[in-house]
Amino acid sequence: MLELRKITGAYGPVKAVDEVSLSVAAGEILGLMGRNGAGKTTLLKTIMGLVPKRTGSLLLEGEELIGLPAHAIPRRGIAYVPQGRRLFSELTVAENLRMGLLVKDAPQAEAERVLDLFPILRERLSQAAGTLSGGEQQMVAVARALCAQPKVLLLDEPSEGLIPAVTHRILDTVAALRERGVAILLVEQQVKSALRICDRIALIENGTIQHEAPARDLAADPVPLERYIGVHR
Amino acid sequence: MITGPALLLALLEGSVGAAVLALTALGLSLVFGVMRVINIAHGEFVMLGAVVAWWCSADLLGAHPLLGFLVALAVAPLIVGAIALAADWLVLRRISYDPERTIVATMGLLYIIQQGVLMSYGPDARPLDPPIYFRVQFPGFGYSGYKLIVAGLALLLLAATWLLLARTRIGLYMRATRLDSETAQAFGVPVKRVYAIVFALGAMLAALSGVLIAPIRGAHYLMGADPLLLSFIVVIVGGLGNLRGTLLAAACIGIGEGMISVLFSPTLSKIIATLLVAAVLVVRPGGLARGATP
Repeated sequence: MLELRKITGAYGPVKAVDEVSLSVAAGEILGLMGRNGAGKTTLLKTIMGLVPKRTGSLLLEGEELIGLPAHAIPRRGIAYVPQGRRLFSELTVAENLRMGLLVKDAPQAEAERVLDLFPILRERLSQAAGTLSGGEQQMVAVARALCAQPKVLLLDEPSEGLIPAVTHRILDTVAALRERGVAILLVEQQVKSALRICDRIALIENGTIQHEAPARDLAADPVPLERYIGVHR
Repeated sequence: MITGPALLLALLEGSVGAAVLALTALGLSLVFGVMRVINIAHGEFVMLGAVVAWWCSADLLGAHPLLGFLVALAVAPLIVGAIALAADWLVLRRISYDPERTIVATMGLLYIIQQGVLMSYGPDARPLDPPIYFRVQFPGFGYSGYKLIVAGLALLLLAATWLLLARTRIGLYMRATRLDSETAQAFGVPVKRVYAIVFALGAMLAALSGVLIAPIRGAHYLMGADPLLLSFIVVIVGGLGNLRGTLLAAACIGIGEGMISVLFSPTLSKIIATLLVAAVLVVRPGGLARGATP
């Protein structure tokens, strides 16, 4: 579905992502883990075209996306849930969802379908997104991305700052997207959560992929996790 | 002693001024809010609107002043919007909308427009006939009907701009871009195109206010300085980029400025407005409407 071949993302002369090659298949969840500053967020931004200089090859169902302006990428089928949610805080929840719908001019029925995943948001539609709780904001961020009807979903630390019960619920919803055939690239700091829902995990350090393995293998042998992210599950 | 009719007259003058000021300042506020560009040339767009209104006036078209006025209302925003689009394409986009460099760039644009008009239009202040002439009788005095129409048209244009922002796709894109341009791009918003549209829209609003005030104040190549200063005051007092704050501040400052001008002196009104900005910057640097949803 999504294939990265020697992708480099740079801010001026500084290469934050250096020749990364990865692939995510339809219905698969690929976890991306690494220490702070390892290049996880920059890799997602590079895929979205939000990093000024990017080279390499980025193929979505065989179509090359490098060279496209950033605003053209979501329409091709890649949706992004940024770190820290980055909702349009002064817009209402309904307007935030509409931003997702407009990516592919999807009908309102699509928003209704997405709201079935997060029913609590139905009561918040006319509320400014910035006034919601952290968990509800994260639900809006995921719902907004799903309204764009993505083939590939990029999630940047959706559990950041949330209590475990809310994290669990959001990640379970994300995991359920497998059945719709969505390919998911998930940046996650919580090792337990990542091992629970990911199919494969890639470990990144200094902008390059150091290790890639099925999640169950890393669960059985956590040495690479200890080495590249410094924690034991 | 200030009498009732004098007070009412001052209030009317202030309200007309406030409505036109709100229109001018809304354009400046939109450009700053969405693009983070401090447009020093904004007042020149007002001046261009007034000059186009003069070109379209009865002398040129040889028709009734109302016809010239209506043509100017349609043509001035198109001409000025096209100039703004060209400035965006040729200058602002090429310097990546960098906030500091755009100050210098728009200053250059100010001089280019001003000197261009001086060369083609001349240095004289030229009066325009009001497109409609009638008086509305108030207790103790009669008041220009045209000025009341100006206030009404300005309010209508403000409402139309508000509807554009609140109800349309491009309005949603503008508001989203204002809040977070990077995330807006991640949702398919062509941010540079939005910037171009916002810059043109800001210029068109300024041009429309220029057309509206031309029959009251005439047209002159240096007339852009006053609306620019007042618009900056309004935008700072209302909170940079805060549209609701801009409208609120325009109402207060416009009415206050008009009343002080009529009852005391125009110079005093400018001094008080400038002191108000200083006080706001000290007490509430975020503007009076800080925290309000634009």
